[in-house]
Amino acid sequence: MPERERKQSPASREREEETSDVAPAKQGEELKEELDDLLDEIDEVLEENAEDFVRSYVQKGGE
Amino acid sequence: MAVPKVCGTETEYGVVLRGASDPNPVLASSLLINAYVEHRKVGWDFDDETPGRDARGFSREGTQAPDIETHLVNAVLTNGARYYVDHAHPEYSSPECLDAMEALLWDKAGERILRASMKASRHLVGAGEEIVVYKNNSDGKGNSYGAHENYLVDRALPFSTLVHHMIPWFVTRQLFTGSGKVGAENGADDVDFQISQRADFFEEEVGLETTLKRPIVNTRDEPHADPQQFRRLHVIVGDANLCEVATFLKLGTTSIVLAMAEDDFIDKDLSVLQPVQAMHAVSHDPRCTRVLEMAGGGTARALDIQWEFLGLAKKYEDETGLEMCGGETVGGRVVSRWEEVLEGLERDPMSLTGVLDWVTKLELLEAYVSRDGLTWSDSKLALLDLQYHDVREERSLYERLVRAGKVERLLIEDEVVEAMTAPPPTTRAYFRGRCLDRWPESVVAANWDSLILDVGTDPLRRIPMMEPLRGSKAHVGAILDACVTPAELVDRLAS
Repeated sequence: MPERERKQSPASREREEETSDVAPAKQGEELKEELDDLLDEIDEVLEENAEDFVRSYVQKGGE
Repeated sequence: MAVPKVCGTETEYGVVLRGASDPNPVLASSLLINAYVEHRKVGWDFDDETPGRDARGFSREGTQAPDIETHLVNAVLTNGARYYVDHAHPEYSSPECLDAMEALLWDKAGERILRASMKASRHLVGAGEEIVVYKNNSDGKGNSYGAHENYLVDRALPFSTLVHHMIPWFVTRQLFTGSGKVGAENGADDVDFQISQRADFFEEEVGLETTLKRPIVNTRDEPHADPQQFRRLHVIVGDANLCEVATFLKLGTTSIVLAMAEDDFIDKDLSVLQPVQAMHAVSHDPRCTRVLEMAGGGTARALDIQWEFLGLAKKYEDETGLEMCGGETVGGRVVSRWEEVLEGLERDPMSLTGVLDWVTKLELLEAYVSRDGLTWSDSKLALLDLQYHDVREERSLYERLVRAGKVERLLIEDEVVEAMTAPPPTTRAYFRGRCLDRWPESVVAANWDSLILDVGTDPLRRIPMMEPLRGSKAHVGAILDACVTPAELVDRLAS
């Protein structure tokens, strides 16, 4: 099982700085680089033309 | 008295036929399922389907009880699941499972079956076309499709008592069962991001409908078991989860709360005022701080109500045990994970990224907002939301996060692959699945509580399976292994 990284979102970063009970294994810079790499990787697989794609996703109600 | 919490999930997947000039979702769903089952097709038997029967003791006319669509593709799989076209969606109904860990495993196996179906369908569609499915619950335009759960419940528990306890439960468990959604729908107040895919679609407290004016507690009374002894609680408020911890907790905690209700163990009134509005409010509050008005006076956060339920569950574990909910191995694990998650929500909801879907998705969206300077109305965020749920391995953003080591898994992948074809050993799904595996030509039809065999001589033999725990490997494994033909099986079962 992959070890989960503890990483805080921008929304909660301030709260993390205030408390020390969460122990991030990596430093901020390293985390940021890793996240940037992941976003770059996701950019590669994202569907083209977000607006058209989202507009064309229409489902019939179910259940 | 609590009965074993036999449980399972039913998931309607979103479906698109890309590249087609006139994409027909019913046709796409049929193609998809046929592609998977073409060499192993056994039909579903509708004799015992009564979706219009109401748990409050009557059959209603004039409301929207669902029609059964017998003309559409409908198959039974060797893992005991049902795989079919429901309305305009491919639906996978997991086999009956005995605890939350099994239910998680066979739910995840369903994702793999849909993925295999997409691959198998490639040779059935036109050039440049592709069938793609999404494990989500909304198209972002006001159309929702369900991810239901089912639980075996003691018929002796008055339905009104069940409703009383389950409404505050369903209103507040979204905190960990939500899959997250950009924006609001169905006339709800606008919001950048909310916890649940489904909350906006709930408009009533109790009712029979599933497609219009959806109720928090659904009253469909179709036990698929001995109706004197059992109910099947058909839960329609949940989101389809990808995070394994979320699915595990959704099934595991709800099983424990139901067992506590059956044992009359819930000695507090946790009812909230205006539960429908409360449900929307909880979903629209990713900070998890908003307070709700309690029916008995005062206010509480959804998280406070969850702490109350957890406190009761820990006491129940100590005093009664969790035998009906997977024992200490599974039930005990549910309680400790539940506590960890509530602590995480209390400390900082974002600490649960990689554990809960809504938090994992929100973190990804916020990273894009920050990097690209997006506003929340940007269609790129709606795309990320949608593509998080794409079931194709190469396109699914959830799978990307798994591969990057950002998501905690509870399952071993080899076991998931095995569960695509093997049934749970603990319930009657074992008998159903093994019969299909052994004698596919002889199983004429199957459904949840019976199996029809053609043994070569008239008439067809119907084998009733009204007891969900009879037909397990312990019960019939040796007989199934010893029989060479279905005729022998029928003889052995009759003797």
